[in-house]
Amino acid sequence: MSRYLLKSLLYVIPSVIGISIVLFTVLALAPGDPFEELATNPAIPAEVRANLRAKFGLDDPIALRYVRWFGAMVQGDWGFSFASRINVDTLILQRIPVTFFVIGSSLLLAFLVALPVGVLAATRPYSLFDQVASTLALMGFALPTFCTGLLLILVFSIALDWLPFVYRADISATGWRWYWEHFRQAIMPVAVLGFFQGASWTRYVRSAVLDVIRLDYVTTARSKGLAERVVVVKHVVRNAMIPVVTLVGLQLPAIFGGAIVTEQIFRVPGIGSLLISAILANDTPVIMAVTFVLSCLVILINLLTDILYGWLDPRISYR
Amino acid sequence: MAGSTPASPTADGVRFPGVLRARSNSPWAEAWRRFKRHRLAMAGAVILALIMLLVLFGPLLWTVAINEIDFTARLKGPSWRHPFGTDDLGQDVFARMLYGGRISLAVGFAAMLIAVGVGTLVGAIAGISRGRVDAVLMWFTALFLSLPQLPLLLLIIYLFRDALKSIAGPEVGMFVLIVAVIGGFRWMPVARLVRAQFFSLREKEFVEAARALGATTTRTVTRHILPNSLGPVIVAGTIDVAAAIIAESTLSFLGLGFPPDIPTWGRLLFDAKDYMDIATHWALFPGAAIFLTVLSITYIGDGLRDALDPRQVL
Repeated sequence: MSRYLLKSLLYVIPSVIGISIVLFTVLALAPGDPFEELATNPAIPAEVRANLRAKFGLDDPIALRYVRWFGAMVQGDWGFSFASRINVDTLILQRIPVTFFVIGSSLLLAFLVALPVGVLAATRPYSLFDQVASTLALMGFALPTFCTGLLLILVFSIALDWLPFVYRADISATGWRWYWEHFRQAIMPVAVLGFFQGASWTRYVRSAVLDVIRLDYVTTARSKGLAERVVVVKHVVRNAMIPVVTLVGLQLPAIFGGAIVTEQIFRVPGIGSLLISAILANDTPVIMAVTFVLSCLVILINLLTDILYGWLDPRISYR
Repeated sequence: MAGSTPASPTADGVRFPGVLRARSNSPWAEAWRRFKRHRLAMAGAVILALIMLLVLFGPLLWTVAINEIDFTARLKGPSWRHPFGTDDLGQDVFARMLYGGRISLAVGFAAMLIAVGVGTLVGAIAGISRGRVDAVLMWFTALFLSLPQLPLLLLIIYLFRDALKSIAGPEVGMFVLIVAVIGGFRWMPVARLVRAQFFSLREKEFVEAARALGATTTRTVTRHILPNSLGPVIVAGTIDVAAAIIAESTLSFLGLGFPPDIPTWGRLLFDAKDYMDIATHWALFPGAAIFLTVLSITYIGDGLRDALDPRQVL
């Protein structure tokens, strides 16, 4: 197991380097020059511009520029935000807890919905419950997050007026009231993201359990006289989870896309809405840093998937 | 000759009725027969066909201009003059949706073609060449799969939109950029599918027979392996159309897709979302259009999977 862990950890390094190369290539290929304005300004002689370019290393070979940029990114020197006049790393650290909270609770919700529904649907295939669950899952799959978000706002904020549709980070209430307000405003963003994920997970769980439940060892477990509950929970679900973990890991990066949209709809002050506002304000250092952080999070998720996979299926880690 | 079994049905001129029938059923007719049995998929196909006919020919019949501003009819609900109501400038939402639907669907299909084209190429090269080329291509595919798609889409559009706009004009430039970027991030599943198909097909007897008869690698690939690996690719391509439509509407919904004078369905939602409390219809119709289209395509994909690919590949 420890060798497997080490191997998974070592795989992270080429991934980070690969993604940083992709990001830097995109940036380097993009047209536009940070000193463009100076070129059109007649008051600044050409030599000054050339000196500035040389000072910031813009004329160096691209490999050298990449190494310098990557070194700065790894050391946490992410530059200075043009728009909000503070360091990019402080800005991102301010915003990231909200994003983690929303994504984490929605993943929990998705898990709590998908596992029981998928297993129940698969143990009674083609029953009424299965058909309703499958249809709902397919619809959740086909409804983009911005549609569900707007629909929820329409129903629960505008028609019924139960929930606030603007997420506020500065709630003045104290004590229980503070928790209650936070809970209330988090319901809709978490529900939108959670059901978006939960819908596809339900489909995965259902088909994986269906594949396993007809195998001989399950019949053996039943004929030993084990209760159906024990058979399903201990024998079927654990084995069915192996392909589910792979599929979920492959599909998880999409949650960051969903998070960006959800944060934008409900005005959640996380890094997704930071990215959008930075793009609208042409704030390149923030855009690059947020994309880099999100990419690293995706790699981290892949690592966790690998580790979970090794725990669920010992054959893989002992190979 | 009583009691002897002929080596083949046609060996001595005997024709079994069943054999004749099997011959007249081409694989495509067989697939169509299976597809027709999937009722929801058929419903999806009919609805998608209706939507496509509407956006293709609707603007010829419904000749209200999409940018006809009428301040006396601002934010009006559905009526006979404006079936889907009007927006904050008094423009007809129905006309805008017909026009924008063309763009949304065109983006979906064009991005799908790019994704399937690139994916098939990469998968075929990896599947036929084994060894180091395969390893490098698959590492590349895995790298692309682990990129966060939407943030990178946003980054690329942010960096390149002005340049392309100045080269090709705001409409064409944006269309090319969005299609290329969406397609460029969706080829990986197709590449993996095609590679897996190649791995199993190239060991089959009919491919070996073709090789033994002296067929070149190109001929083996294009005449024998590729046509047989098409089924799962078509299924994946169908899902890609839906995913590309969602991606385009997401970009437009974030205000970073098409400009306001090109009212794609996502762009309409973006414009409508601040008026949801007083003009619900404005957001409801484009939202329903996206939902219906994506749901129909998803069901068609389900039906095609049953029809073409009974093994249920992801």
